[in-house]
Parts: sequence; structure tokens; C-alpha cells
Amino acid sequence: MTDTPVLLSLSNITKRFGALTANDSISLDLHRGEILALLGENGAGKTTLMNILFGHYVQDEGDVRVLGNGGLRALPPGSPGAALRAGIGMVHQHFTLAENLSGLANIRLGTEPLVSFGREGAARAKVQKIIAESGLDVDLERRVADLTVGEKQRIEILKALYRDAKVLILDEPTAVLTPQEAEGLFAVLRRLAANGLGVIFISHKLGEVLAVSHRILVLRGGKTAGELETAVADRRAIADLMVGKAVAAVVRTPANPGEVLFALEDVSLHGAGGGRALSGVHLTLRAGEVVGLAGVSGNGQSGIAALISGLAVPTSGTMRLYGDTVTRPDPRALVAKGVARMPEDRQHDGVVGTMSVADNIAIEEVRSGAFSRMGLLDRKAMRERAASAISAYDVRCQGPDAEARLLSGGNVQKLILARVLERGPRVILANQPTRGLDVGAQAEVHRRILAARDRGAAVLVISEDLDELFALADRFVVVHAGELQDAGPSDGLDRGTIGLMMAGQGPAAAELAS
Amino acid sequence: MNVRLEPRENASVGLRLCVSLAAGVAALLLVAIPVLLAGRSPLEAYALMIQGAFGSMFALSETLNRATPLILTGLAAAVAFRAKLWNIGAEGQLYIGALAAVCVGSGLLQLPPALMLPTVMIAGFLAGGLMMVIPAVIKQRFGADEVVITLLLNFVVILFIQMLVEGPLKDPLSMGWPQSVPLIAEAKLPKLLPRLRMHWGLIVGVVAALALWLMVRKTVLGFEIRAVGENKAAARFAGIPVDATMLKVALISGGLAGLAGVGEVAGVKGYLSADLSPGFGYSGIVVAMLAGLSPIGTVLAALFVAAVFVGADSMSRATGISSYIADLVVALSLLCVLVGSFFLRFRLRFGQQSVGA
Repeated sequence: MTDTPVLLSLSNITKRFGALTANDSISLDLHRGEILALLGENGAGKTTLMNILFGHYVQDEGDVRVLGNGGLRALPPGSPGAALRAGIGMVHQHFTLAENLSGLANIRLGTEPLVSFGREGAARAKVQKIIAESGLDVDLERRVADLTVGEKQRIEILKALYRDAKVLILDEPTAVLTPQEAEGLFAVLRRLAANGLGVIFISHKLGEVLAVSHRILVLRGGKTAGELETAVADRRAIADLMVGKAVAAVVRTPANPGEVLFALEDVSLHGAGGGRALSGVHLTLRAGEVVGLAGVSGNGQSGIAALISGLAVPTSGTMRLYGDTVTRPDPRALVAKGVARMPEDRQHDGVVGTMSVADNIAIEEVRSGAFSRMGLLDRKAMRERAASAISAYDVRCQGPDAEARLLSGGNVQKLILARVLERGPRVILANQPTRGLDVGAQAEVHRRILAARDRGAAVLVISEDLDELFALADRFVVVHAGELQDAGPSDGLDRGTIGLMMAGQGPAAAELAS
Repeated sequence: MNVRLEPRENASVGLRLCVSLAAGVAALLLVAIPVLLAGRSPLEAYALMIQGAFGSMFALSETLNRATPLILTGLAAAVAFRAKLWNIGAEGQLYIGALAAVCVGSGLLQLPPALMLPTVMIAGFLAGGLMMVIPAVIKQRFGADEVVITLLLNFVVILFIQMLVEGPLKDPLSMGWPQSVPLIAEAKLPKLLPRLRMHWGLIVGVVAALALWLMVRKTVLGFEIRAVGENKAAARFAGIPVDATMLKVALISGGLAGLAGVGEVAGVKGYLSADLSPGFGYSGIVVAMLAGLSPIGTVLAALFVAAVFVGADSMSRATGISSYIADLVVALSLLCVLVGSFFLRFRLRFGQQSVGA
């Protein structure tokens, strides 16, 4: 790849936030036709680097140069407009589309004056040409709101290409895709690269980085930890580069399922947001067993999580805890009965950022005798519990009184683990337990979940990361369009089968196809 | 020169104090401009204001008397805003509290003297509280915006009070003035010192501030109010009854404003009229914002606002500068505090000239 011209060159980029150096003298070159993977844990500096490249931040040192007329030209710092004009296109993790406009209108948005009669035809022709060249097939006339997530992503990529992007940056593009859709995306990226585009692919998933990239740049703690050709890269070695030390893989021993602790019997759930609807769901969680729930996000995972969390009441059907029917679930009662819940969005639902670590550890049980007496808080007990949790779960913070918002994502998750697991719960809901966590923290969370299972807890893990589900789950269920299918024991299952079930095909069809 | 804003991680206590002081100084400097335009020396005007607010026992009493309802309405706003319940209706709640005080304390109800005053205060608190619970319930049930409801209820309440003091509650001995029958002596708040207007309502206000401060820090209710106010989703997930907590906040907030009304009727005027409050309910919002919604800070901010108004009256008599200068001082102080809080959240960074731009 290095024989083609350099499209983009970052040299010695340094960015400090107060005492923290988010980017420490990072350099990279991107060549024509190259797919460069930017790999690193959360907090490694990937996002900061891309924000500098795109003009959202101004670097303290170093410069960004882009291929322009007659060679590499410095890009003025702090100007997204300049970045766009220089041919840098970015596809954010969270799409920036106007939902009520058509795909074509979204692609043209911002590129033309307010009044532009008669140009639509030219625009359509240009987009059609890009589609033909790239294989980014999508219906341009439909409202974006009616498109699937994968199609929306295609519109985002087309938007960048329509602006004649020479460099395409994709931030965690596969988080919302099924394995098959991700494969489709990779094929498109390979084709685009073959046509001369430079692609920067940001990810923390090793597997897909190895599958799609030509070259890998590993960031760790704001510094370049290593740079290697994908063809000669070794999975183990990259993982070690990312975390800076060897990570022991979590070993799952065979499960020893016991009695049914939690069950949903023919449960339906309506209303309260489209992503939550469920119809006729059967789910049993047994003592000493981890059930993995796979599915493309928005197919009903949040509904199942809301039920177990006590935030939703089944519209019909029965929810049982330890064999007893739960008629009016509420979080406090479920917690008191030994249900542990890790929320999907831990920053939003898991902690009150402006309250202390101690407060956030006590928050679910603040009315219990453990932390209060006659309506008065027992601050001493709260602080003692927090201090022991901080050391037992290795929560990195300044102490029990530190505000939770100052904790990193991994430490917030450890705080929540400490909050829910310390009680010795019998039923555990782990919703996206390691999303956004680094490899080290991931292993720690997995170890804790498996330890709870071995203690005899019934665990449901909901995750978009199939690798994680295969690492943890003894049994798989797959949710699609609000319906749950049993996929059976995880041993003997392969990703393809799960992927087809995620796309809505039954296990029988999935087996035929695979 | 290229100026950019970047979010701050954390603001130290020292920085907060510096910003508050800088905001005060900036406000005084800004007010100096119209004073200069009026042909007077700002230093002289400020000296006269300070003297007018604190210069004598009488001045001090007037300032504290003025601060009393502002402490209570300020607390009403602070406790509600902390829970993100936007109570703009303290003015109406104040009048309803005053009305309850008159209903209970004008002799209709026969009680032992020792129970009379507590009953009047409890009635005022509950009436004011109910006045805020109703919009809170409507918000929970129907999603109606409490800002609109509480704001508009202020006008409804004042018209209702006007009707009452010109009709059923009108004092036959008032020689035609639209005012209610007076409170009996046992229902009145005693004066703190003879011949001065300041009364025991001030103590009620300070005790209420201390009680709120303790509640926020030491009680389960305070914990739950903080959690609900700071992150409703996380509070709900953790099993805190969000709606019930909001109703408790509404009761406390409206109740405190109701107590302010009790204080004005039972401590100052002795009867209810439609001009009982010159906007104490609205000023309470300013007081709470100046205090950064802290209960103890609310007491200090109420003293500041009261001193500005009392001092400006006195300064105006001596210099001929309009006493509207007081509104200007308070408004500019609030603006400066808001600008200051912006600098607490963001830091300015001066970058080098853009390359090639």
C-alpha cells in the first residue's frame, strides 16, 4: 500500500486537557486505496484524534496535512468546514440524518443553496453513479425514518462520497449491524478502497479489524502503541498492544443448571417506544446458567430488560420470580428480592453523575436498614460500604466522596457491579455489560459474571457483541421484531446461525442456510 | 487571536468564590454607568445605599423585614428548581398562604392561644403547598407544563384575592379600603424588637433554610430529591418513586411560599389585601438563582436583594436618582452570576492564529 500517494498525514499531534494528555505526539499517514484501522480501548485517544482531524478540537502541537492541488497542504485547525472542503468525510457512530427527509435530500443537504430548482436530476445521477461504483445499494426516495439502520449507514457513507470525500472516517460502524450486514459493509469498503478512497476505520473489535483493514494503528493511553500490517498481525499480539499487558482469557467451565429462578411466560408488552414491544415471549433463567440474548439493537431487548428491571409491566402473560407471579413489578421490590440489574446505558440510567460514589452505591437500598434509620441517612455505613466496594472491585476514583461523573466508563461499570453483586443476588440482568469498556475491564466484568453464575445465580446477558455472548453464555436466545427464539446450548452453535436468526429467520431455516 | 471554549472538568471552591465576587464587582461597575449618566458619583450612591440598608437599627430592621419573605420564596424556588420542578407560582402560593392565615386566624376558629399561631402557620403551609401540588399532579397525569400553569395561576389567585377582599372577607371597619378582616392578636407573629417592624418570620425563614440544608444532606428524602433532580432516569432505575418524590417537593416548595404569605399577614400587615406582595414570589426566583440554589446561600442572597431595595429607596431620597436603580442592581447581578456560572463550566482557551486561514 505504501507505494500509492499519501492522502492524509498527521504529524506529532499533541492535545492536552489540563493535566491529561489525550494525544501524545501521534503521527499517521493514510495512503490512497488503503483501509487503516485505528484500534484502541476507550480513552486511548481515538476520538480526540479524529475530532482534531475534523476540526472540532484544536491541537496543541503538530499539524494535519491533506493532499490538495500540488501536494500535501496544511489543514487550518479548528475548522470542520475546511476539513469537509479538503475531502474528509466522517460517518459518526450516531447518525446525523434528518429522519423526515428522503435519502437523496439528506445526501444533498448542506451542499447546495436554498433555492436550487432543477439540480435534483444532476444530484441523483451523481449519487446513482457512486452507488454503481461502490455497491452501496439503497432506495434514495424513501424517508430516512423508514430505512433500516444498515441502510441509514449507507446514506451516511453516500453523503460523504457525494461531497467528493478522499478520506472516509467510520467511527465504530459495526456496532449497530448484524454480522451479515457488517460483512456487506466490509465488501463496500474494500471496493471503495480499490477505487482509490482512503478509509480510517475506528473500532475496538479485533475480529473485524483483522477482517477488513490493510494496516492497523494501535493507540494506548494517548500514544501510538504499535503499527502493523494486518496480513502479518497476530490477534493475541494486538490485544496485548491495546492493553499493554497480557490479558488472561476468561475460561467458562460447563454450566450446572438448577431450578428455574425467573421466567417470562407468553409475555407481551405494548406501547412505550417501538423498540420495547414484545409479543408472546417465553424465557426461563435457571440457577447456575448464563443465557445470552442476541439480536440487532431495537428488536425488543430493551423491553425484556425493562421487565426484569421492574420498569415495565407485562401487557399480558405472566412474569415469575422464584415461581411466584410478580403482578406489579417495581425496581425496589425486585432489588429487595435479590434481582441485580445492570442498565444498558450505564451513564444515563446507572449513576447520578453529580452524586458521590458512595451515594451511587447505596442508591438502590437507601431506604433499607443498611443505609438509613427513620428517614435519616447513615452516612457512615454508606461510606464504609463504598470504601470496601472501591477496593474489592478496583473502582479507580478519588474515594467514596468523588462525584460519579468523574469516573471513566469502565469504573462506572465496576461501581454498578459492586452495587448489585455485593448483595449476593440470585437473578442477574447484565445489559450490554462491557459496551465501551477496554479489554482489561471487559475481562474483569466477565470474570465477575461467571463467578456469580458459579455461585448459583441465574444470569441473562444482553449484548450486541457476539464474541462476548459466546464467551459467557451457556444457552442462546435470539430476539427479532419482538419475538424470542430459543437457539439452544451455545456449544455447537455458530455465528452464522445466530446471525440468520437475528435477521428474522427461524432456527430451522437458519440451519438449512448454513 | 483565536478564542475557544472548552468544558471544565471541575470547578474548585476557590474558583467559585472568585467568580461570585467578580460577578458582584462587575454588576456594581455596570450600575455605575447609569449613576454617572444621572450626574452623581457612584461611590457616593453606593455609600448612601449601604447606609440606607445597614446604617441604623431602623435601617437594619427594614432590610431584615424585607428579606424575610424573600428568604422563604427563595427557598421555595431553590428546593423546586433543584428537583427540576419549575415553580414560577410562588407569588400565588404566597397569597393563598396569606388567605389561609386570615381564614384560620381572624377569630372564626377558637383555639387556645398557644395553638393559634402554629395552626395559622400550618394552614398557610398546607394551602401554599396544595397550590403547587395541583400543577405537579397535572404535569404527571397529562404532561402539562408546570411553568405555564404556575405562572398563570398567579393571576388567577390575585384576582380571586381581590374578589374576596372586596366581598366576603372585606373588613367592615376598613372605611372602604379593599382589605380583609384583621388577624386576632394571638394569630400574629411577635415583633423581634419593640418599635421595629422585623418579626419572628425571619427566624422561621432562617430555621427553614437550616432545615432544608439538613434535609438535603442527612435525610433519605433529601437523597431522593437530589437523585430525581439530577438524573430522573437513574433515580427511576434505582427504584426511587419519582412521581411521589416530585409531589413532596411540590408540597415543600409551595408550602414555603405559603409561609412567606403567613409572615406578611401575621408579621407585618395584620390583614390581607391584594397589594400584600410587591412581587416577592418572582423575586424569590432571582434570590434562589443568585444563591446557586443553595439553602444557606438563599438567606444571604435574600439579605442582599433586600438591602439593595431598602438602600436604593433611601439613596433615591437623598440624591434624586430613581429607586428603579434597585431593580437594575438586582437584574445585573443575576446576569453577572449567570455569566459567571458559564465560566465555571467552560474555560477560555486562546489559540494561536489559524494556519493558512
